[in-house]
Amino acid sequence: MNGAWLTVLTRDLLQAYRRRSDIATTLFFFVIVSSLFPLGVGSDSAILSTIAPGVLWVAALLAGMISLSRLFAADFADGALEQMLLSPQPLSLLVSAKILAHWLVCGLPVVLLAPMIGLQYALPSEAIGILVVSLLLGTPALSLIGAIGAALTLGARGSGLLVALLVLPLYIPVLIFGSLAVSASQHGMSPQAHLSLLAAISLLAVVLAPLATAAALRISVE
Amino acid sequence: MLVAQGLACLRGDRLLFKNVGFELNAGGLLYVLGENGSGKSSLLRMLCGLLTPEEGAVFWNGKKIKEDAEQYLSNLTYLGHLNGLKDDLTALENLQTNARLAGVEASEQAAMAALTAIGIARCAYLPARVLSQGQKRRVALAGLWLANTSLWILDEPFAALDVASVEVLATRLGEHIAEGGMAILTTHQDVTVNAKHTQTLRLSK
Repeated sequence: MNGAWLTVLTRDLLQAYRRRSDIATTLFFFVIVSSLFPLGVGSDSAILSTIAPGVLWVAALLAGMISLSRLFAADFADGALEQMLLSPQPLSLLVSAKILAHWLVCGLPVVLLAPMIGLQYALPSEAIGILVVSLLLGTPALSLIGAIGAALTLGARGSGLLVALLVLPLYIPVLIFGSLAVSASQHGMSPQAHLSLLAAISLLAVVLAPLATAAALRISVE
Repeated sequence: MLVAQGLACLRGDRLLFKNVGFELNAGGLLYVLGENGSGKSSLLRMLCGLLTPEEGAVFWNGKKIKEDAEQYLSNLTYLGHLNGLKDDLTALENLQTNARLAGVEASEQAAMAALTAIGIARCAYLPARVLSQGQKRRVALAGLWLANTSLWILDEPFAALDVASVEVLATRLGEHIAEGGMAILTTHQDVTVNAKHTQTLRLSK
C-alpha cells in the first residue's frame, strides 16, 4: 500500500480519535433528527414504517453533510493542504484517503446505528437488513460527492450553507434508490435493482470524485 | 537548475510584479526582498506551482514545472507562512507525518534527532496546540533536517524564531547549499547564510 496514502489516512483517523466529540456531534444529530419523526407523527406503526425509508435516508444525508465543511477546512487553515498539494504523490490519491477517513468516521457509524433507529419505526427485520445494506452501499457516494462540494466551497464565506446548496441536489439519486430499496423490500419486492444502482453510483464516484476534488482543491488554494 | 522567466503576478486587479526572472544553480542562494505586500510570498508560491503565473514560466532542469510535476515536487521542500501542523497531533507525529507525505521514511529516532537539532526535543510529545508560535515554527523547520530534496523554498523562515534558533537554521541552510543544494528565502532579518553564490531579487512596485 502506498505510504503517503496510508499516512494521510492514519493522520485523519488519529485526529478524529483525539477529537471524539466531533464524531459524537454527527451521530447525535442523526439519532435526534430520526427520533423526532416518531414523536411528531405519532405512534401509528403503519404510517411510521411507510415514512421510515425516506426519513432515515434524509437523516443520514444531513448527518453526513454537516461534517463535510470540516473535511478540508482545517487543512486549508493550517497549511497541511499546501503540503499535500506539494507532495510528489498524486493529489487525487491523497484526497481519496481523506474521503475514506471521512466515511469511516461519519458514514460507517451511521450505518451501524441505523438498525436501532429502524426499530423505532417498527420496521420488520428484513427491511432493517436492506436499510443497512443500502446505507452501506450508498453512504460512500455521499462522502465522495460531498468532498467535491467541500473542495469547491473551500475558503468561501458561509461555506457551510453553500456546500449544502451545492451538494444536496447531487445526493438526490442516492436518496431515491436508497429509500426505494427499503420500501421495495417492505412491499415484498426484490430490492436488488435499487441496490445495484446504488453500488453503481458509489463505484462511479470512487473513480471520478477524487479527481474532481483534487482539481477543485488546486483552484481553491490559488 | 531552477529558471524563472518573465513572471508576472496579478492578484485581483492589482499587478504585484512583472518581468521577474532569475537563474539558480546548484549551490546557489536567492534572497527575495521587498516591502510588505510586494508579492514575495506570491512569487514563492508561483515557484512551487501553487499559483499559476499570469505571464512567464518556471523551469526545472529545462522542463516546465507543470510538465514533470512529480519529478519537480520530489526535489522541492516548501515552507510557507503556515506551518502545516495538526493541533491534535504531537510535535513528533506532525514531523513524521509531514516527512512521509514528502516521500521520506522518517523513523522516530531520525525525527527525534531533527527536533533535537533545532532545540525542541523536550516538546516532542506535546500536542502542537499547546506550543508557542516560535515552537511550532521550529517543529515545521525540523523537517529540513529530514529532507532529501535539493531545492528549498522558505517563506520567512526566521520569523518568530529566537536568536539561537536563527543561528542553527542559518548553519543548516549553509550546509545544504554547500552540499550542492539550492535555497530561496524571504526575510526581513539580517541573517548571514554562507553560500558560494548569493543573489538578491528585489521586488518593487
